[in-house]
Amino acid sequence: MQTDTLATTSNNTEEQIEISGSIAVLKALTAEGVETVFGYPGGAIMPIYDALYDFRENLEHILVRHEQGGIHAGQGYARASGKTGVVFATSGPGATNLVTGLADAMIDSTPLVCITGQVFAHLLGTDAFQETDVINITTPITKWNYQITDANEIPTILAKAFYIAKSGRPGPVLIDITKNAQLQKFSYTGYTKCNHIRSYRPKPIVRKEYVAAAAELINQAKRPLVIFGQGVILGKAETEFKNFIEKANLPSAWTILGLSALETAHPLNVGMLGMHGNYGPNVLTNECDVLIAVGMRFDDRVTGRLDRYAKQAKVIHLDIDPSEIDKNVKADVPVWGDCKETLPMITELLQKIDHSAWIQKFTDCMSKEVEEVIDNELNPTSENMTMGEVINQLNILTKGNAIIVTDVGQHQMVACRYAKFNESKSNITSGGLGTMGFALPAAIGAKYGAKERTVVAIIGDGGVQMTIQELGTIMQNNINVKILILNNRFLGMVRQWQDLFHEKRYSFVDIESPDYVVVAKGYRIEGSSISKREDLIKSLETMLNYPGAYLLEVFVGKENNVFPMVPQGCGVGEIRLK
Amino acid sequence: MKQEYTISIYTENQVGLLSRIAVMFSRRKINVESLNTSPSEVEGIHRFTIVINQEEDVVRKIVRQIEKQVDVLKAYFNTNEEIIWQELALYKVPTDTIAEKAKVERLLRAYGARAVVIRKDYTIFETTGQREEIDTLIQVLQPFGLIEFVRSARVAIIKSSKGFHEKLKDFEQAETSLSENND
Repeated sequence: MQTDTLATTSNNTEEQIEISGSIAVLKALTAEGVETVFGYPGGAIMPIYDALYDFRENLEHILVRHEQGGIHAGQGYARASGKTGVVFATSGPGATNLVTGLADAMIDSTPLVCITGQVFAHLLGTDAFQETDVINITTPITKWNYQITDANEIPTILAKAFYIAKSGRPGPVLIDITKNAQLQKFSYTGYTKCNHIRSYRPKPIVRKEYVAAAAELINQAKRPLVIFGQGVILGKAETEFKNFIEKANLPSAWTILGLSALETAHPLNVGMLGMHGNYGPNVLTNECDVLIAVGMRFDDRVTGRLDRYAKQAKVIHLDIDPSEIDKNVKADVPVWGDCKETLPMITELLQKIDHSAWIQKFTDCMSKEVEEVIDNELNPTSENMTMGEVINQLNILTKGNAIIVTDVGQHQMVACRYAKFNESKSNITSGGLGTMGFALPAAIGAKYGAKERTVVAIIGDGGVQMTIQELGTIMQNNINVKILILNNRFLGMVRQWQDLFHEKRYSFVDIESPDYVVVAKGYRIEGSSISKREDLIKSLETMLNYPGAYLLEVFVGKENNVFPMVPQGCGVGEIRLK
Repeated sequence: MKQEYTISIYTENQVGLLSRIAVMFSRRKINVESLNTSPSEVEGIHRFTIVINQEEDVVRKIVRQIEKQVDVLKAYFNTNEEIIWQELALYKVPTDTIAEKAKVERLLRAYGARAVVIRKDYTIFETTGQREEIDTLIQVLQPFGLIEFVRSARVAIIKSSKGFHEKLKDFEQAETSLSENND
């Protein structure tokens, strides 16, 4: 291929040229502004990889070690950059290895375009080598998917894919392209971005009467509570959100995916909701008179038992996805729309109200929590280190400026509880699906999505072993991510449940680890391991200051439990401090 | 309270959409009583007619999820009182019993059945109507040696609907309004 075919695409007047489907795919990516692709080649996607060889200048392709690593990297990239993550995989096992990441991106509303190779169209349905029905496998875990068997469809379908992935409530899109379509030469007339699909309404039209009703309820509220989720970040509405809560002095609590949308130190930030959230926001959910949900979906880990959730409150629900309204919690005032538009409309109608007596209740609850939980966690008197004190020292050293990528389990809850954030899009975690193995590859993606920022992956000793092969990706590409393993020599969260709810019958939670420092060395990655408190600060400094990837393993107490906790089946008011 | 609801879905004509819609029911362990796909009053727009037996709240939520699908334009749900609906059934019976027994002929007339094919060995009757009438005729024909029976999916027209022609114009525009279900 000549380099002149790499010239700017999106040009309708461009003369017709004959190109292959594969080149059309890559032209679509460059026209969409894609800079980074995470992927893994194989038989059925080889024509695209062949074309990619000529696009090396325009597209950075990161060769991962497993397609699951590729898609989690795509997710990390999307979450850190606010752009769409792009992933390549081959047919059959390559495609099925994307399944966990697709499900994760679907439930956490992460924009992805995944391109899978597929066997020749004439072989479809014949159990051909590496053939799998990826479209039907991924139907319930994609926002949209489509199989291309004719190269002529490639420009329009990819344009639709990027539009669908990113618009409205974002989500993963999978495009499966048969090998014949990748090879097929067709007359290409340029790439036009998609901005309308008649059957698809990404944003519901805002109804002014509900905006007015919402503002009126907030103005009358004596004890308002705002609970916000990732919708604020996805809508790029952080400023609008802050103006909204500041105007009427609204205490605001976050879901795990909403974390970092509002800086931790903001005086109206009253902490985390849900099962391991802060004491105040949980118990006061059942005391507020108006509950204002912004871009969140009342997940069961946030609400606890629904029939004991905020029954006394009027509920205002702002969401871009109409199917979320009334799904779990009935809204008295449904404000459909993009919160970037609806929040300023409500803010304009708000009165400045002093809620300091009500806000004081959150402060009082926090004092109680500090005394009974947080103090012991951050300044322990035990011989063993706690996860909380590690996070606390990390905060001090990063000054809240790092991107923190977490896996799933106790370390995730502790990190989200105690990590400090100054900037949005800084907390990357697998929230809805709870995918162990997410953090290491997601951190790789996050680093590409925010190259100038420090990226720290905090991972447990269970999760890290699920995708540890991605150390190879870090090695080969010299990716400067910091890997902090909090090793309690247990599958800690499962053990905690066994401790609290299964009479300490520790069934298969005792997990052995390899020598992570030796493993890292094998991948030519620097690392160290500590178990003594006096080494903590120095080791964290070494990790953060090291000019490249660094793995730090910290041994923490074996049987520490994460509190507070709303036990499953209990109401948020029944939160336990110990 | 569970009752029969008929869901009418206007969609693009896309391969794979049937399975995308079907898994939304199976994921929630909802049994689909009847499912029909057909063209609609608007050229190029497909119409699914799905019958389920569920509580209104469950139906409302699933209809919103269906409407969220990229290739779905609009989904409605209606109780039986709000629609006109029909099903078609075919019955194959031995011709000799029909010829012998005048009683059978009277019965078929009473149920509005129409002979579609008459051969020496068998006769095929057809009825169009609602579930109960069709089911009763099976019972009646059973003693006379009913050989084969098949019933089609339900097709339904929403009494209050003004059709989709005007709605489609809204959808064709870049900015479209989202109105409540069943308006």
